[in-house]
Amino acid sequence: MSAADDRGPGVTAGGSTPGGSTPGGGAAAPGGEERPLTRAMRADGRPAGIDDYLAAGGYEGLNRALFDHEPREVTQLVMDSGLRGRGGAGYNTGRKWSTMPLGPDAPRPKYVACNADEMEPGSIKDRFLMGRNPHVVIEGMVIAGYAVQADAGYLFLRAQYDQPYAALERALAEARARGFLGEDILGTGWSFDIHLHESIGRYICGEASAMLNALESLRSNPRARPPHMTGAGLYSKPTVVNNVESYACVPGIVRHGVDWWKGLAVTPEGGTKIYGVSGRVATPGCVELPVGTSLRELIEVHAGGMLPGYGLTAVVPGGASTAFIPAADIDVPFDFDNTERIGSRLGTGTAVLLDDQTCPVGMLLNMEQFFAQESCGWCTPCREGLQWTVKLLADIEEGRGRPEYLELLEDQCWYMGPDRTFCDLAPGAVQPLQSGLKLFRDELERHIAEGGCSYPRRGSSLPVRSGTTWA
Amino acid sequence: MSLSDEERRALEAVVTHYPDHRAAASSALKAVQARRRWLSDEAMADVGGFLGMSVEELDSLATFGNMLFRRPVGRHIVLVCNSFACWSLGYAELLEALEQELGVGMGQTTPDDRFTLLPIVCLGACDRGPAIMVDADLHGPLAPADVRGVLARYA
Repeated sequence: MSAADDRGPGVTAGGSTPGGSTPGGGAAAPGGEERPLTRAMRADGRPAGIDDYLAAGGYEGLNRALFDHEPREVTQLVMDSGLRGRGGAGYNTGRKWSTMPLGPDAPRPKYVACNADEMEPGSIKDRFLMGRNPHVVIEGMVIAGYAVQADAGYLFLRAQYDQPYAALERALAEARARGFLGEDILGTGWSFDIHLHESIGRYICGEASAMLNALESLRSNPRARPPHMTGAGLYSKPTVVNNVESYACVPGIVRHGVDWWKGLAVTPEGGTKIYGVSGRVATPGCVELPVGTSLRELIEVHAGGMLPGYGLTAVVPGGASTAFIPAADIDVPFDFDNTERIGSRLGTGTAVLLDDQTCPVGMLLNMEQFFAQESCGWCTPCREGLQWTVKLLADIEEGRGRPEYLELLEDQCWYMGPDRTFCDLAPGAVQPLQSGLKLFRDELERHIAEGGCSYPRRGSSLPVRSGTTWA
Repeated sequence: MSLSDEERRALEAVVTHYPDHRAAASSALKAVQARRRWLSDEAMADVGGFLGMSVEELDSLATFGNMLFRRPVGRHIVLVCNSFACWSLGYAELLEALEQELGVGMGQTTPDDRFTLLPIVCLGACDRGPAIMVDADLHGPLAPADVRGVLARYA
C-alpha cells in the first residue's frame, strides 16, 4: 500500500454522506458552502490539489481578508463568529488572536504556529483534514498570519503522519507558486511563509507550550504561564497557537461572514465540525456535520450503527482525556456546552465507542497506560500518580484487586486534579478515570470480588511492558 | 565517519527553516537518521559538529523523542498501535500474529535485519483499527491472517 492510499475505507468526506442534519438558521449557504472544511475533498481520496481547492472557492477568504479588511477587523470577525478552539480546549480563537501585540511597536518577529501533533488516542480528524484538504489549513494559517501581522508560520506535525506531510508539502509549494504564500502575497507587499516541522515523537509535544519548546529543539516539557504565548512564545516572541481544524474554519468565516457561520450549526455555537466515530460500528470514519448534531445521529446514521452482536456501553466523546458518556445520554447535542452539561467534554469530537463485549476496566487501564507512558515526568503528581493508577487498575483487571483500591483510585483523581499539576496531561487522564469509577462501579467491584475479568476482550498490563521509550 | 556531501547538503537545507543552528537540532537528527537508519555515537558527533552542539545536548533530545533511535534498527520499522480504539478492535491478536510471523518480540529486530517491531500510541487511524505502520505506510484494519501478506511487501 502506498502512502497515497492512506485513507479509511469507511471515511466519508462531506459530500458523500447523505442524510446529514439540516443546518439551523434556515438560510441556504451561498454557493452550497454548507461543508466548508471538506467541500474541496476529492471523491477518489487523493489530497485536493490547488485546482480542486480553487474550484471550491479556495483562497477567496484570503483575498477578502487582504483587500477588504484591516488585520484587526479579521480578528474581530473570527471573534464574533464565536469559533472555539477545535483542539479540544474550546477557547475563543479570535479572542486569543486579539491578545497578540499589533502596530509598529510590537516585538518582532511574530509567529503563527499550527498544532498538528494529533496524538491523543481516539483523535482522527486532523489526519483526515490535512491529508485530504491541506489547502484549507494553509489558507487559514495565512489569514491568521495577516490578522496578527506575523512574520512566519510553523506547522508542527506529529511523527507517523507521512501521508499528511506529503500532502502539505505539495500544497505549500502550490500555494507559493500561485502567490498565496511566501514573498509579496497577492501583490500586497506582505510576506509570510510556513515551515513544516515533523516531531521527534511524544504526546506531550501537543501541549501548546511544550510544542514551542519542541519547535526550538529543546526538551519538550511544558512551560509555566504566565507569560502567555501571545506575549512570549516561540523564541520568546509573540506567538499564536491553534489547532489544525481551528485554522481550517477561518477561510469560510472570512469569506461568508459571521451570520453564515452561525447559521450552519444546529446549536448557537455555530459552524460545522469534523466529527468521527470509531469502534464496532458499520462505517467508522470522519464526517463534516453541523455543530450540535447529536451523538446518536453520528453513531446510528453516519457510522451505520453498531455491528450485529455488539451493544453500546459508553462513548469516549473526544479523545482519551474526555469523560465516558453512558449510552443512555447519546441524544445530547454534540457541542462544547451541551457535552460539558452532561459531565464530559467535546474534546476533538472524534468518538470511540465502548461496546458490550469489551471490558470497561480493561479500556480504562489502556487509557491510563497511555497517559502514564507519555507523562513527561516534570511534576510529581503526574509522574508518580499515573504509574500508581495503572498498577491499581491492572491488579483489578488481572484478579489481584482489593476493595480498598477503589478508594486509592479516587485519591489519585484528587492528587492529579486541576491546579495540582504543571500542565493538563494528568487532569486529562483523570477525566476518564473519575467518570469510569462512577459509571463502572459495579464492574470494578465485580472484578475485585470475582478475582478478575470475564469479558471476551480484556485488558492487560502488557502494553506497559515495553512502552515507546525503547529507542 | 563524518557527514557525506549529500548529508551536509541536506543539513544545510534543514537549517534554513530555523533562526539558528541550535533550533534545527531535532530536524537535523531526523535527517541524518533517515539516511543511516539510526543514530550511532558517531552520527550524533557528526550532527553535533555541524550544528556546534555537544553530543550530550543532542542526547537530551534523542532520549526524549521516541522516534529517534539510539540503537540499531532493521531496514523496516513496524509500529503497532496499542491505544484504546485499536486495543478494543483486536490489537492483542494482531500483535501475537506479528510476533509469530517475525519470530521476535516488541522492541526487537529480526536476525536478518529486515524488521524492527515497536509499539506506538494512537496513529490517528482508529477508524482503521487495529492498525499498524510499516515505514511510511499505514495498514488497517488488519486481521491476524493479513500479517504475512503485508510484511511480504517489504524486502
